[in-house]
Amino acid sequence: MSKAAVILIPLVIIGVLIIGGFGIYNGLVSSQEEVKTSWAQVENQYQRRADLIPNLVETVKGYAQQEKSVLEEVTRLRSQWGEARQSGDINKSLQAAQGLENALGRLMIVVERYPELKSNQNFMKLQDQLEGTENRISVERKRFNETVLNYNKKVRTFPGALFAGIFGFERMPLFEAEQDAKKAPKVKF
Amino acid sequence: MKGRIFEPFALLRWKGRYLLAGLIFVLTSSFSFALEVPSRPEGRVTDQTRTLSPSEIGALDRKLANFEGETTNQIAVLLIPSLEGDSLEDYSIRLAEKWKIGQRGRNNGAILLIVQNDHKIRIEVGYGLEGALPDALTGTIIRNEIAPRFRAGQFYQGIEAGIDAIMAATKGEYKARPQEKRGSLLASWLPFLILLVFFGFFAVAASQARRRHYHSGGSGGWTSGGGFFGGGFSGGDSGGGFSGGGGSFGGGGASGSW
Repeated sequence: MSKAAVILIPLVIIGVLIIGGFGIYNGLVSSQEEVKTSWAQVENQYQRRADLIPNLVETVKGYAQQEKSVLEEVTRLRSQWGEARQSGDINKSLQAAQGLENALGRLMIVVERYPELKSNQNFMKLQDQLEGTENRISVERKRFNETVLNYNKKVRTFPGALFAGIFGFERMPLFEAEQDAKKAPKVKF
Repeated sequence: MKGRIFEPFALLRWKGRYLLAGLIFVLTSSFSFALEVPSRPEGRVTDQTRTLSPSEIGALDRKLANFEGETTNQIAVLLIPSLEGDSLEDYSIRLAEKWKIGQRGRNNGAILLIVQNDHKIRIEVGYGLEGALPDALTGTIIRNEIAPRFRAGQFYQGIEAGIDAIMAATKGEYKARPQEKRGSLLASWLPFLILLVFFGFFAVAASQARRRHYHSGGSGGWTSGGGFFGGGFSGGDSGGGFSGGGGSFGGGGASGSW
């Protein structure tokens, strides 16, 4: 009886640990997948913005030819973002997206000088689309941060922290506050 | 197993010092300076500004209820006095996430938000209606239908015109849906099964509700007796209230002002 217990009890403990470990490991993996999915959503919205740019540039060009340099910059940064995304380097792609965002902001300030363009129906619709996309980007960023927070919590707290160390799950960074993840990096119209 | 499972994000790790700032930021953005969203709608039309008369609210409510009965698309209207410095888009998406207008899975909801003192309008569009209500179209609806009437002080007319335009646009989307049938036998049977389960649930709920109504002796609420779907989607509580069906939003739609 006591011999059996001596053998059985450690076995049961190990069994429980293994089964519990599976659950925790799976939990970590699934919240990591959530982070990946939410990141993909952010990138989708970046893509959506990039897709709007040729049309926007064309429309602005028709009214404001003097603004060639800003338009060229936007076009250049758009293709730069495309290349950065292709390369799969997330940091580079983020930087390029940020650069594009700034250039678009400048373009939209420039546009203020052209009342005729601003009252153009086609341009107004493009503006709606651009604003809508910026808003979607900020929504997806917020959701990305939420999934990262959830994941980080699992990695940092017990019992997840125990297994995170063993299996090499590491904390992930959030979208930085300086990028203003809360408010859409609102292009001023 | 290698040390790093999620390689791409490792590249971002050097920015770890922003983590704390980011964390504080996210926490504060969701808890402190954000203006609180009404926890649930009072009906399809919720007016916290007393701009609309009860009969006007009733008329809009009926219009939206009929529309939901026909198409299952849910539209809600909210009028608030002020954003108190909060961002319109931010408030609006939090509202959408809380109310979950539209049906789960179809995400066919839309919210018309009006901020009376700030003179701001937003139409928030659920994922499932983004095709029928693209940003440019919702922007046009705000500019051409709603804003001019608001400028003239005709708030009821402006809201009605806006709703009419949204409904006209979404009806197209709904009709197009059944055609995209494809896939397995299970997929084609699934809606039927869901309906069956739903019907069973509804039958039970309805019999209970009827019993309750007998006791109270009144009806009056829009859930009573009326449309089969209208009742079902009002949620599990005693009737009279309106709640979203579980639709998700992703920030689609447009903002405007008057």
